[in-house]
Amino acid sequence: MAEHERDTRLDGNAAAGLLSTVFRCEPSEVMLICAGCGADGPMGALLAYGMEMGAVLRCPVCDTAVLRAGSAGAMLWLDVRGAVSMRVTIEH
Amino acid sequence: MAGTAVPGRLAWQLASVAAKRQETPRVISLRLESDAWAGHLPGQHVDVRLTAEDGYQAQRSYSISSAPEPGVLELTVEDIPDGEVSPYLTEVLQPADRLELRGPIGGYFTWTAADGGPLLLVAGGSGVAPLMSMLRERAAAGSDVPTTLLYSSRSWDEIIYREELERLAADPTLRIVHTLTRSHPADWAGYTRRIDAAMLAEVAGALLPGSLAYVCGPTRLVEQVATDLVTRGYPPAAIKTERFGPTGG
Ligand SMILES: Cc1cc2nc3c(=O)[nH]c(=O)nc-3n(C[C@H](O)[C@H](O)[C@H](O)COP(=O)(O)OP(=O)(O)OC[C@H]3O[C@@H](n4cnc5c(N)ncnc54)[C@H](O)[C@@H]3O)c2cc1C
Ligand SMILES: [Zn+2]
Repeated sequence: MAEHERDTRLDGNAAAGLLSTVFRCEPSEVMLICAGCGADGPMGALLAYGMEMGAVLRCPVCDTAVLRAGSAGAMLWLDVRGAVSMRVTIEH
Repeated sequence: MAGTAVPGRLAWQLASVAAKRQETPRVISLRLESDAWAGHLPGQHVDVRLTAEDGYQAQRSYSISSAPEPGVLELTVEDIPDGEVSPYLTEVLQPADRLELRGPIGGYFTWTAADGGPLLLVAGGSGVAPLMSMLRERAAAGSDVPTTLLYSSRSWDEIIYREELERLAADPTLRIVHTLTRSHPADWAGYTRRIDAAMLAEVAGALLPGSLAYVCGPTRLVEQVATDLVTRGYPPAAIKTERFGPTGG
């Protein structure tokens, strides 16, 4: 990993504003299972890279790109192939 | 509350600058008012968006430093020379101006008095902002959760909220430890180096059941401290981090 990337990466929490366009609940609390290694944890605990153009959220254990999000014009796209599943807690 | 779905909650909104305060030579706090603001959880941030006359937009995240309060929020911003957004907030923006923001954002890096502790807060530079929201909330709630703030600044004059922290430290259950990394007063008896494993061992003391750690500041500092805390036996799930990127030395 380039030194610049290491110094500029953020917590997945930093991408929660962007992802709030897609998720109705607080994005940083969505639980994800990494397709690379099976690690299970909240989106807020992933590592966020390249916030300027959108974001790549990587697994802190194996570096798999679990989620990629980007906006182009009026479109926000989400690439989720790095996640086995996502789950949220329903509050009553 | 965490996880609550409030449709449209994160729409962009305009807040007006009610006051601007110089915290240190390079850091200001902005008091913002918006009728649509419902309050926040300590630790949350907002996204701020600036739009140039030609339509070009720049967006950055800023932590909320005030205690939760409907209609009001405070941001604390460090001036990064040549930065795209922070110099506008610190130098150009004035009271009565308006600022576009969305939030509050984040359910991960949050603490309220109900979360308990003992609490270890570790900050580098402007990374103290969300931790200050936690300390202000803790004081307002009358919480006696044993709390330690370890706070790294470049110099005495660059300690953000210095006087308020001195007042808060009158609480015997709150301990505040400073380290000054670049220069220090002649009679300074405290730490004069970057936060390292030995300093954390001295300051954090024994790990107790329920211990929670919140670490915020420049990415490099956050990663080093989080690694050291895991080595000290903190369960990774008990360490919450908020990386600010390269800023906040
Ligand atoms: C969740 C979150 C919360 C944040 N909260 C706060 C907050 O409460 N207060 C706050 O002040 N900031 C906070 N930040 C940082 C903030 O979002 C911006 O990154 C910061 O204000 C710099 O933005 P800029 O547009 O001024 O600089 P940019 O235009 O983004 O950067 C300008 C250039 O300066 C470089 N640079 C950045 N910092 C330094 C430095 N210290 N020394 C040398 N070069 C540097 C950058 O790499 C870049 O090349 C937070 C970040 C995140 C992710
Ligand atoms: Zn993984």
